[in-house]
Amino acid sequence: MKLFVSEGNPHCLKVLAALELTAVKCDVQYVNHEDKVVQFLSHPALPALLLPSGQQLFSANAICRYLFEVSGQNCNDHCNQWLEWEVTVLQEAISVADVVLWAALHPILSDSSFTLGEHPSVKTWFDQVAAVHSCQSAVQKVLQGKGLQAMKSYMQRQPAPPNSQCRDAQPCNNNPAESEERQHSVSEEECEAAALTWSKGLSSCPPTDKQHPILPQEGKRNVLVTSALPYVNNVPHLGNIIGCVLSADVFSRYGRLRGWNMLFVCGTDEYGTATENKAREEGLTPQQICDKYHAVHSSIYSWFQIDFDFFGRTTTEKQTEIAQNIFWRLHEHGYLVEDTVEQLRCEKCQRFLADRFVEGTCPHCSYPEARGDQCDKCGRLINAVELRDPQCKVCRQTPVIRSSKHLFLDLPKLESQLEQWLEKSTSTGDWTTNAKQITHSWIRDGLKPRCITRDLHWGTPVPHPDFKEKVFYVWFDAPIGYLSITANYTNEWEKWWKNPQQVELYNFMAKDNVPFHSVVFPCSLLGAQDNYTLVNHLVATEYLNYEDTKFSKSRGVGVFGDMAKDTGIPSDVWRFYLLYVRPEGQDSAFSWADMAMKNNSELLNNLGNFINRAGMFVTKFFEGCVPVMELQREDKELLAVVGWELQQYIQLMDKVKIRDALKHILNISRHGNQYIQVNQPWKKIKGDESERQRAGTVTGVAVNIACLLSVMLSPYMPLVSQTIRDQLNAPQSCVYTMLQGGGTFVCSLSAGHRIGTVSPLFQKLEAEQIEALKKRFGGQQAPFQSTSSTPAAAPAAAIKVAAVEGGDSEKAEQLAKAVAEQGDKVRALKAQKAEKDVITAEVSKLLELKTQLAVAEGKNPEPTSKKGKKK
Amino acid sequence: MALRELSSLEKYLGLKKPNKYSTQGDKKVPVLQNNQGPPLVGLITIACHLVKEAKRSDLLGESAESRAVVQQWLEYRVTRLDGCTKEDSKSILKELNIHLQDNVYLAGNHFTLADTLMYYGIHPLIVDLTVQEKEQYLNVARWFDHIQHVPRLRHHLPPVAVLRNRIYTGRHH
Repeated sequence: MKLFVSEGNPHCLKVLAALELTAVKCDVQYVNHEDKVVQFLSHPALPALLLPSGQQLFSANAICRYLFEVSGQNCNDHCNQWLEWEVTVLQEAISVADVVLWAALHPILSDSSFTLGEHPSVKTWFDQVAAVHSCQSAVQKVLQGKGLQAMKSYMQRQPAPPNSQCRDAQPCNNNPAESEERQHSVSEEECEAAALTWSKGLSSCPPTDKQHPILPQEGKRNVLVTSALPYVNNVPHLGNIIGCVLSADVFSRYGRLRGWNMLFVCGTDEYGTATENKAREEGLTPQQICDKYHAVHSSIYSWFQIDFDFFGRTTTEKQTEIAQNIFWRLHEHGYLVEDTVEQLRCEKCQRFLADRFVEGTCPHCSYPEARGDQCDKCGRLINAVELRDPQCKVCRQTPVIRSSKHLFLDLPKLESQLEQWLEKSTSTGDWTTNAKQITHSWIRDGLKPRCITRDLHWGTPVPHPDFKEKVFYVWFDAPIGYLSITANYTNEWEKWWKNPQQVELYNFMAKDNVPFHSVVFPCSLLGAQDNYTLVNHLVATEYLNYEDTKFSKSRGVGVFGDMAKDTGIPSDVWRFYLLYVRPEGQDSAFSWADMAMKNNSELLNNLGNFINRAGMFVTKFFEGCVPVMELQREDKELLAVVGWELQQYIQLMDKVKIRDALKHILNISRHGNQYIQVNQPWKKIKGDESERQRAGTVTGVAVNIACLLSVMLSPYMPLVSQTIRDQLNAPQSCVYTMLQGGGTFVCSLSAGHRIGTVSPLFQKLEAEQIEALKKRFGGQQAPFQSTSSTPAAAPAAAIKVAAVEGGDSEKAEQLAKAVAEQGDKVRALKAQKAEKDVITAEVSKLLELKTQLAVAEGKNPEPTSKKGKKK
Repeated sequence: MALRELSSLEKYLGLKKPNKYSTQGDKKVPVLQNNQGPPLVGLITIACHLVKEAKRSDLLGESAESRAVVQQWLEYRVTRLDGCTKEDSKSILKELNIHLQDNVYLAGNHFTLADTLMYYGIHPLIVDLTVQEKEQYLNVARWFDHIQHVPRLRHHLPPVAVLRNRIYTGRHH
């Protein structure tokens, strides 16, 4: 056991006195006031006692208690009361109470200038305790014979007592991160270099308008960007959007600005069981389902301004051609092996049953409604053939076990080639950490042959005569979609896909897709031995989560791509927020309140405010013409700081750190706001000649920073970016100039340049508006509530589609309305604290309506989730 | 506030007849009128008294050491947590988060009165946290969620959703 004390600390008096008094054996060590004995506390806390168990006590009173207790003296209620009073009232007993109180009062009462004339009994008590030998010895130890002066150094380090700290009185000028960077002082050389760059002006860059088809060019950086192909049978949600298409879009927009030769392709992944399933549910053919949802996807992405060079699909002839070609090549080179698999077959439906088409009794827990892949009751994974009393989900006939021959891709045979390639690719390319880790763990666990064929109809047919009536398994087929989609874009697709010398390939995806892109698909391509372009940079995001509320895909709770538009929030703001919370390096969460806050604080008050002020000054004070700028040391410093932020932005974007780069844009406008605030051009403009000159310089520099910001924002918020340049009437060449090399911040709006009409860029998101949205998308009645006032806010088309599948749409809509109204009624009653019986009656009506609604939507009526009981 | 805590604590302890409390001073310090002696003043004092009444001394710690640790966290609750500013709350959460990294409960491996009062006291702070912040104080969130699910403990406080749900799941391959 060890006690840590510091000299001159009155709390140490207590514990040392207690130690003396109880004669407990314990080492005492003197340390400095700042020494952090208890690691986890943010402020050093002394005295501290290291207990035999290894635990630490950091409260003087608790230490005293402990010492008294081990010596056999326990606290009673009144003792407790004194101790509590001491910590709650006085700081802010011999019995432990006496010792503690005496010690705490020591600094005051032992001072001879302090008279206790009016409180003789206190004086008597104090003297009595002080006369106890143990206490005297403790005083000696703490004060080291220096008297009260010894406590000074301790006292000076204590924070002011809580009640004197006023919340409002705290200085609120800048956040710590900002002041830190400000402190990073800029050297003379850096200033001059920044000023030199600034004076270079715009370069006459050749216009690099896109000309289709885009093909790799000699002497250029040729970059092929793909984003994971979204599965066609669902409406994409925010997670899908940020995970692949939006991230890929920002990067390819950025790449074009950097002057790279970019091709960005994507499309819908359309084959597979899930599509067949959906088609059966909706009474359509798989092709019709694909057509319908391909259009839904297309329109969502175009609303989000995803600038694909080509957005295709996998159900095309090119897909069949290329997939079968790769298949034959793998076959020729001996990378395919045959094996038989036992499967359930429904004789009535004339087909093999995919796992999710079988139901039966769980072999483990005898639950009668277990699915072919998993039991919902015991949660165990099941092999479909193990089910007792299996039934075909479609016709309820008993299926039979048949063995079926299948082809497997021999991954173990390709393993050494794969590892060789991986080592090179991951060390030279920009693979995200999670991508490397997931890949590594797959390889470490050992590769097994992987089945590439399925007994289905909706898929790319296997061309081998022994495997007629089979199709390729989606995981084999889907990534080939990248190639076939490119082939549908240009006949010269092989210039991209069989050209690893000239082409750099970036794959964007969420982390669940990594193994298919880093292990399985590369193995297909390596095994085909046709000089395919393999991925150089694998960029995988983590997951984006949704608020705290229950998320349910099937019930449409959460935000789906097509609903974003109906919120009335501009697409650029959505892009900004999703990129701001991009799950880069770790999971992140979408939250309505946070979105409103970021919009209001970052876009409106920081970025928008700066750009608008800069433009307004030019308009108001200088008749719309950029004034003459004569740079002072202070201005050059700012140029250097802004230049540094720009360089950071470029370095991060080159490494696809999209979220991190965004922070540097916002830093620049923060610097700009500060610059304006300090220089006050609106005051100086009214001053003498030199002050007016100064106002001109500040305004000119500010409006040029606004121009730079528009360029940096362009990949993130294309519309806003263009609007800024339109307002400033900025030459288009500034877009290409500033992002060259490591980043060059040049004066692109020189003196005399006439700007356009300036107007605000962003709108405030009001709390009520956000609350309403949160309710609509996160609430339990959410997707069917159509009571909002604006017609634009009606439920989105595709959600309706999803909701009424197999049901009666009109009836469902009426019921949804009734549920919403009844829900409001119940809430109102609860708010008024109405009679319990009345509420119960209304609640049961509500439940009844919900059940009807579920039936009308063709779903199993689920038990309504119970809210936590409040008291 | 303190009175509601005490009445919730009484219910948790299963004390049959509720005590009558008053308060004193600006800070509304709770006072318990006691038949056997002078009134008891202060949240911790009364809470410890109630625990003894209910013959649940295990909640105050099973050994001298753990009793001291429990008292220390009770003190922490009334000195650091009560009336803390926004800034303080950050450092409190940080400290607790580190402490709870290798402790199941505040005083080690056993649920004690310290957990109860800390839970009551920290509830308003946790309610105000954004999802991201809860993520930041993962150990506190874990402990908090655990405590709020202790049977019969929550009473006057609404449950706080601590864990998040994924917005999307993986593709099926």
